[in-house]
Amino acid sequence: MCTYQTETLRVRASAKTARGWANMTDASVYFDHPVHFMANHALMIDVLRQGPGETARVGLEMDAASARALAEAILRALEHAPASLLDDSVAH
Amino acid sequence: MTHDLNASTISIAGHGGDQIEAYFAVPTDVDQHGSIVVIHHLPGYDESTKEITRRFAAHGYAALMPNLYHREAPGADPDDAAAIARNNGGIPDERLVGDVEGAMKYLKALSTSNGKVASIGYCSGGRQSFLAGCRLPLEGVIDCYGAFVVGTPPAEFPLRVTPVVGEASGLTGEVLGLFGAEDKFPDTAQTEELADALRAAGKTFTFRTYENAGHAFFSPNRPSYRVEAANEGWDEIFAFLARTVG
Repeated sequence: MCTYQTETLRVRASAKTARGWANMTDASVYFDHPVHFMANHALMIDVLRQGPGETARVGLEMDAASARALAEAILRALEHAPASLLDDSVAH
Repeated sequence: MTHDLNASTISIAGHGGDQIEAYFAVPTDVDQHGSIVVIHHLPGYDESTKEITRRFAAHGYAALMPNLYHREAPGADPDDAAAIARNNGGIPDERLVGDVEGAMKYLKALSTSNGKVASIGYCSGGRQSFLAGCRLPLEGVIDCYGAFVVGTPPAEFPLRVTPVVGEASGLTGEVLGLFGAEDKFPDTAQTEELADALRAAGKTFTFRTYENAGHAFFSPNRPSYRVEAANEGWDEIFAFLARTVG
């Protein structure tokens, strides 16, 4: 099935694309047909650069268990980081 | 028929006169032919849909697939362009219809055209093929497992997808619908609802729902591929084209 269901969000991030590092602006998370991963459905993450200038994308496709483990690992890493470092933001 | 053809990337005038990329395949072993606009699936203007486009030409039809995501990311890989289009909430229906109309006009203007054009779409393109048939003078409309021709997506769906069955009175051509019994979008209740609506509107249609098949059963490079359903589906498609566009 094509679920169409897509979580979209704005992000501040850098990603290494096929053309090198780029500042990224948006992300999509969805469970749908993968392009490359050999399964009928997969959890997909796209990190994108939109707006003026060249568009860019880094994509991930993984099974549901991997996606949950990754999400939990991200949250654990953030929980273990000193709180004073989490607001270490510098405007692009 | 020798299945000889020419295929190439061209530029056509789409919605609003925008020049957009399109993949064009034309038979070289016939003097005159019907034509078909190929509407790609949600994953975009990809290699597998180009292969489908060539298959129509090999069977004697000029086929043209507009890149519906060309404006989002010109020159990008198809999956990257599709990801950007998805993040933007899909593409507007009005623009889709304009792009299909541009493709239809290009095909009709070919010196070898018999003047008859059908459309076919897969996945999101199934709904778009139906919509195009409601708004454009197409001789035939093929919907391959298009979701949300009927049925309203849940409110949290960010894609700008609305049901289009209410426009069925605008259909001027015959409709062919090919579905998988195991599909959830559309499920069999939705395809039955669509059949009821077409019956009520007095439209000519043929629906086939294949057992042991779900969504995307035509895609030979995906685990969803079902050889029996796909082979029977292709036979239905070519029989449909023979009676609608010649």
